[in-house]
Amino acid sequence: MELRIGEAFERLIEILQERFDPFFHVLGDGLTAAIRGLEGVLLFPSSYVLIGLLAVASWRLSGPGSAVLSALGLLLIDLMGLWQATMETLALVLSAAMVSLLLGIPLGIASSYSRWMERLLRPVLDLMQTMPAFVYLIPAVLFFRLGKVPGVVATVIFAMPPAVRLTLLGIKQVPRDVVEAAIAFGSTPRQLLFNVQLPIALPTLLAGVNQTILLSLSMVVISAMIGAGGLGEQVLKGITQLRIGLGFESGIAVVILAIVLDRLTHALGQSRTRPS
Amino acid sequence: MGTDSAPERTATREAQATAIEDAKISVLGLRKIYGRRPDKALALLQEGLSKDDILRKTGCTVAIQDATFEIHAGEIFVIMGLSGSGKSTVLRCLNRLIEPSAGRVVVDGIDVTKADKARLLEVRRHKMAMVFQNFGLLPHRNIVQNVEYGLEVQGVDKAARRAKALQALGLVGLQGYADKLPRELSGGMQQRVGLARALATDAEVLLMDEAFSALDPLIRKQMQDELLELQSRMNKTIVFITHDLDEALKLGSRIAIMRDGAIVQLGTPEEILTQPANDYVRAFVQDVDRTRIITAGAIMKRVDVIMHPKDGPALAVKRMRETDTSTLFVTDASRRFRGVVRIDDALTLVRENKHSLEGVIDTDVPTTTADTPIAKLVPVAAGTAVPIAVLGEDRTFLGIVGRASILAGIAGEQH
Ligand SMILES: Nc1ncnc2c1ncn2[C@@H]1O[C@H](COP(=O)(O)OP(=O)(O)OP(=O)(O)O)[C@@H](O)[C@H]1O
Ligand SMILES: [Mg+2]
Repeated sequence: MELRIGEAFERLIEILQERFDPFFHVLGDGLTAAIRGLEGVLLFPSSYVLIGLLAVASWRLSGPGSAVLSALGLLLIDLMGLWQATMETLALVLSAAMVSLLLGIPLGIASSYSRWMERLLRPVLDLMQTMPAFVYLIPAVLFFRLGKVPGVVATVIFAMPPAVRLTLLGIKQVPRDVVEAAIAFGSTPRQLLFNVQLPIALPTLLAGVNQTILLSLSMVVISAMIGAGGLGEQVLKGITQLRIGLGFESGIAVVILAIVLDRLTHALGQSRTRPS
Repeated sequence: MGTDSAPERTATREAQATAIEDAKISVLGLRKIYGRRPDKALALLQEGLSKDDILRKTGCTVAIQDATFEIHAGEIFVIMGLSGSGKSTVLRCLNRLIEPSAGRVVVDGIDVTKADKARLLEVRRHKMAMVFQNFGLLPHRNIVQNVEYGLEVQGVDKAARRAKALQALGLVGLQGYADKLPRELSGGMQQRVGLARALATDAEVLLMDEAFSALDPLIRKQMQDELLELQSRMNKTIVFITHDLDEALKLGSRIAIMRDGAIVQLGTPEEILTQPANDYVRAFVQDVDRTRIITAGAIMKRVDVIMHPKDGPALAVKRMRETDTSTLFVTDASRRFRGVVRIDDALTLVRENKHSLEGVIDTDVPTTTADTPIAKLVPVAAGTAVPIAVLGEDRTFLGIVGRASILAGIAGEQH
């Protein structure tokens, strides 16, 4: 006899589709609005203004070297004519990262409270990270059809685990006697979390933010396969239409974006560990 | 009289009431079991099984077997014992950082073990403050923000808590360090911050878990002195945990010695040293410098043969012959110390036919008080042939300490 796990999965998806269609609709509309809004903001100023702003941010967070590197890289993207696509990708990545963090950080906090939750989450997170990313395209497409929204959804599934894991790790790393002291002086659980655990966990938590953003970026080509657009689409064009030059240029643009985002978010974590 | 009169009954009731008030913290039948099946372990404990047997049968660790004691207002109550004997667990049951498995803890009449969440917060915020071995400071906050923490969670407004925190920093001598981060301070200074944080809340009880154990010996001694100095001004009730006997003896008003989760002896430092309850305690106190703990009062001998100034010299000579000594102590009628008479002086008086000792009483002899440690008496004893007279209030003659008793005291013999 043959086990039909695939069929069962299909049934499950169907049921979910029927039951929760309005829910997915609302969710889809919300995400669309967020992505469009972000794109609008990013594309509103001239590219030079945005490059300037990012360079200044880079300077303040990680010094002049990073600022120059970021500015030159972004200028190169602009000169290659990929600015529009890059900003679309950036909007997509930031939306996905935002959703990942909004879900992942609370989940990390929750699992620091309950061992039960932690035990439940661990295999799920392992699964999310080890499944080939293509697999996430399937439910994403089924629930949200084609376009940017399923792209964000698939990206979130792939990019969320480090946010959960590093939030949990950060909270667990808070020295035991510091937590004890806070409780002994009469902290409520909420005071303990916001006055002690989260601030001390912040550098680790921000390392999670960094990883989540970079993992989101690594999904751009895959999510372009279901119509998420942006640089991923350019790369795909390069492959399918054998336009090697375009593929190469788009690839470089992705790398530059990764470097810029990494420098910014990595430095964010570093600056928090220094005395203010 | 067969019946109690009403005033007498009131008096005893008042006496009981003060006895209870005097106990700042009462711990009754406290037990703590770590593990999955504490109820099973508790039942076995009730049956009298040993800690090891219970661990083997249930997999549970008995951290506290049965602790009952009272801590008085204003004392430094030291809990001492080897690693793993359950000291920290007892301390953390007092403010329920650890949930006791059985028993009661009553602080200022509040049953902490039965307190609901709000009550427990109240107790932690206003009644007890804690100082930790590894300081437990918030690494991301500067010193004054750390000291403010207790007041901050209480919701005290910013200006008031800042003022209070700076005042507490002043008490521990760290006024100038308010803006530093904990990691910029040395260990000793960090622990002062820990102490200041505890003082800032005005809690009457301080719980200190090996508070000085992480410090260098020199700094540690200095902190002990400072704690005693602060205590003499602030009169807190301090529960202090240590595994260092010298520290316990130096700080403790009373010392509880724990072994395997049970209190094996509870007493003043002197009682612990002079009357160890069992071999465990004896082994503990073996190497201690007794001369600084044992006092003249503990080793002095009563003197039965005492002369009065009006007594005749012939009587003195007779007494000396009977007791085979060459000096006698002289007090007045109300036992106030006057001095000594020596045999040769007494004999001279007899020869001269005098009728009172008055003229030959030697008042220039060494005296001491009952609470003087014998370390201070050793040099005195070396310079005199006469035993040292121990005097109480109003120079009342209590007894004498001879060289032999001092040596016996140092050697740890009891009489
Ligand atoms: N969370 C825990 N879970 C299980 N067992 C514990 C736990 N905490 C303490 N114990 C055990 O309870 C016993 C008493 O521990 P406790 O920490 O009170 O000892 P202590 O006297 O403070 O020792 P130390 O001097 O090492 O601090 C020990 O046997 C210890 O192993
Ligand atoms: Mg301990």
